[in-house]
Amino acid sequence: MSAIAEKQAGDTLEAVTLPPVSRLDLIKYAGASGDYNPIHTIDEEAEKAGLPGIIAHGMWTMGNLAKLFTPYYEEGFIETYQIRFRGMVFLGDEVSLNAEVSEQNEGKITFDVNAKNQKEEDVLKGKVVFKTY
Amino acid sequence: MFEDAIGKRSNKVRNTVERGAVRKFADAIGDAHPIFVDEDAGKASRYGANIAPPTFPRVFDYGEIDGLGLPSKGLIHGEQIYHYERPLLVGEDIHCWTEVKDYKEKAGKSGTMGILTLEGKGEDDDGTLVFSADQVVIITEAVRKGMKA
Repeated sequence: MSAIAEKQAGDTLEAVTLPPVSRLDLIKYAGASGDYNPIHTIDEEAEKAGLPGIIAHGMWTMGNLAKLFTPYYEEGFIETYQIRFRGMVFLGDEVSLNAEVSEQNEGKITFDVNAKNQKEEDVLKGKVVFKTY
Repeated sequence: MFEDAIGKRSNKVRNTVERGAVRKFADAIGDAHPIFVDEDAGKASRYGANIAPPTFPRVFDYGEIDGLGLPSKGLIHGEQIYHYERPLLVGEDIHCWTEVKDYKEKAGKSGTMGILTLEGKGEDDDGTLVFSADQVVIITEAVRKGMKA
């Protein structure tokens, strides 16, 4: 893996495609995060809320996306992580995680980041500023 | 309906960045990297300890804001921003609170939406800010009607 500090505008981090979202993924995230909103785990509650089925926690997807940066913690850390939740993630969706350098500047590397579903629709979109030591 | 709450804040609550909680969280987001979960890797790292993933502050208790009773169902999470001075260290205490930064209402496709911005903060034992966490919550007309009922 090449050093993050050497990345220039237009360079990307290695994209990750997650396995299809499973019920167990969401039950585990509910337990780990303490977010027990039943639209993420119980079919009837999701339907009552007008959804076609249970949806992933937006924060689950946001948490997953951060792992593109995890290999680089010896070089720096995520200073700012800003996300807008754009679309819902359903069971069985295959989410891909992407990061591209938009700016490289005095020890701060700014990335455009997004997570897309298998239809190439953005489910979340935002920015990461990675500060190097 | 939350205009009066702008500027209100909760009392600080002490949270510990617990090793087990970090392990469980890292596993739940598919990121059980040694920097988060392996004690030896943490000690050998530049941090001298394991750290927590950047979205981990979701698990902290930020206390209650008087008069801000949000429903447990029907809220839409619109946006989330974390800003760090440094990563969170496993084992340290973080003192957290939250404040209502803004509330606006806007006409949308399915009635009037409430847009509530909450800002959480976390300080270390010395009172130095470690992170802030801004959260934008969208409250649909249906949910607001349910609250008034």
